[in-house]
Amino acid sequence: MSWAWANRALLAQYTGSHLYLALMPILFGIIVAVPVGVLCVRFRWTWPPILSLTSIFYAMPSLALYLVLIDYTGLTDWTVIIPLTLFSLSVLIPNVVDGLRSVPQPVRQAATAMGFGTLRQIVQVELPLAVPIIIAGLRVATVSSISLVSVGQLIGIGGLGYFFTDGVQRDFPTEIYAALILIVILAFLADGLLVLMRRWLTPWERARGTRRALSATLRGSRAEGAT
Amino acid sequence: MSYFSIAWQWLTSAQQWHGGDGIPVRLAQHLQFTGIALGIAVIIALPAGLAMGHLRRGGFAVVTLANFGRALPTLGLLVLIFVLTPGSPASWLVPLAFLAIPPILVNTYEGVLGVDADLTDAARGMGMTEWQILRKVEIPVAMPLILLGLRISAIQVVATATIAAYIGLGGLGRYIIDGLARDEYNVVAGGAAVIVLLALAIQGLFTLLRWLIVPVGLRRQAQTS
Repeated sequence: MSWAWANRALLAQYTGSHLYLALMPILFGIIVAVPVGVLCVRFRWTWPPILSLTSIFYAMPSLALYLVLIDYTGLTDWTVIIPLTLFSLSVLIPNVVDGLRSVPQPVRQAATAMGFGTLRQIVQVELPLAVPIIIAGLRVATVSSISLVSVGQLIGIGGLGYFFTDGVQRDFPTEIYAALILIVILAFLADGLLVLMRRWLTPWERARGTRRALSATLRGSRAEGAT
Repeated sequence: MSYFSIAWQWLTSAQQWHGGDGIPVRLAQHLQFTGIALGIAVIIALPAGLAMGHLRRGGFAVVTLANFGRALPTLGLLVLIFVLTPGSPASWLVPLAFLAIPPILVNTYEGVLGVDADLTDAARGMGMTEWQILRKVEIPVAMPLILLGLRISAIQVVATATIAAYIGLGGLGRYIIDGLARDEYNVVAGGAAVIVLLALAIQGLFTLLRWLIVPVGLRRQAQTS
């Protein structure tokens, strides 16, 4: 504890870079995943090839991808951000598709009957109803991303992962503990914020109790964190 | 020269395929570590997931463990246990096995839990014992998700075993860690290529397994979910 307090400036600095490296991929991921997911639901034939592609991204060890990218992006933040974006896509795209498909057919028909055009139906009806499952995916992607950034430390770009390699070199467990706990706390904080966001975005779910929320969480958990 | 030609050149040079530092030896080590860790995780997580799914208990605990397993940085866990227990096999086996547990547990649990109640009720009505219901109904129906959990764990352990080279473990990660330390990018590039190929091979193996094990009637359903 005293070590952490004495080095708070350094910890804060690395926490900042850690969050930047972890959250940029999530931002890029959701920007890409929503339109791609909509596309996969509208044009069914696009789904199988995209699903295969996402499961290949998912299988890629992040360290190997960092190393491949060094040759193209050098030792910059992009070397870590690009693979993590691919990884977040492999979680987010299936969840967006799953979420959109969970919208009951009568709801779609009602929207059509009310004169909603395709785009309006997607934006105002289908996406809001898909929010619980999309957020379940976002939680998995965000928590994994926050913990995966530290692997980048093996090529020197790893946010709080700095304290892991430094701790080994100096044989000093305290800083390893500190960074480990900090990363887990950051991941849980981000997770908690996403849960709050889901509640705020889907007020109608609250009335149905926690059982549904748990099932949405489990659905999202199906995609587990790879390294 | 681009990554691919560097990696290709390294992979195809004869010296990579012989001796104690050759690809066959490193690959065998890697598979051995992966197999041991995965085996331990299966022994713990599979029965636990089946039992909790069958009894419909412990959903909250499973979700919490899954979340915690995801949040825990692999490199951090590896180096921490290494610094605390230097030189003992626990330093790589514990984190590798621990990280392999949540995916198997979550997916097995969810697979069994998701079995239609009509099916289990019908089985019970036919006079099957709880054990028979689990073995003849719930496990086959849950098989796609059980395999998914095993696949995710296997891929995860392969990746983590690579990272464990940083704390001195053998296997394919040695190319990466030693290559980085000696500033030999061709070794790093080649090593990364072998690891990517291994991950793809595991992915393919599980696709094959699913085709062999999952009952035909369930396959279509599993593909669309």
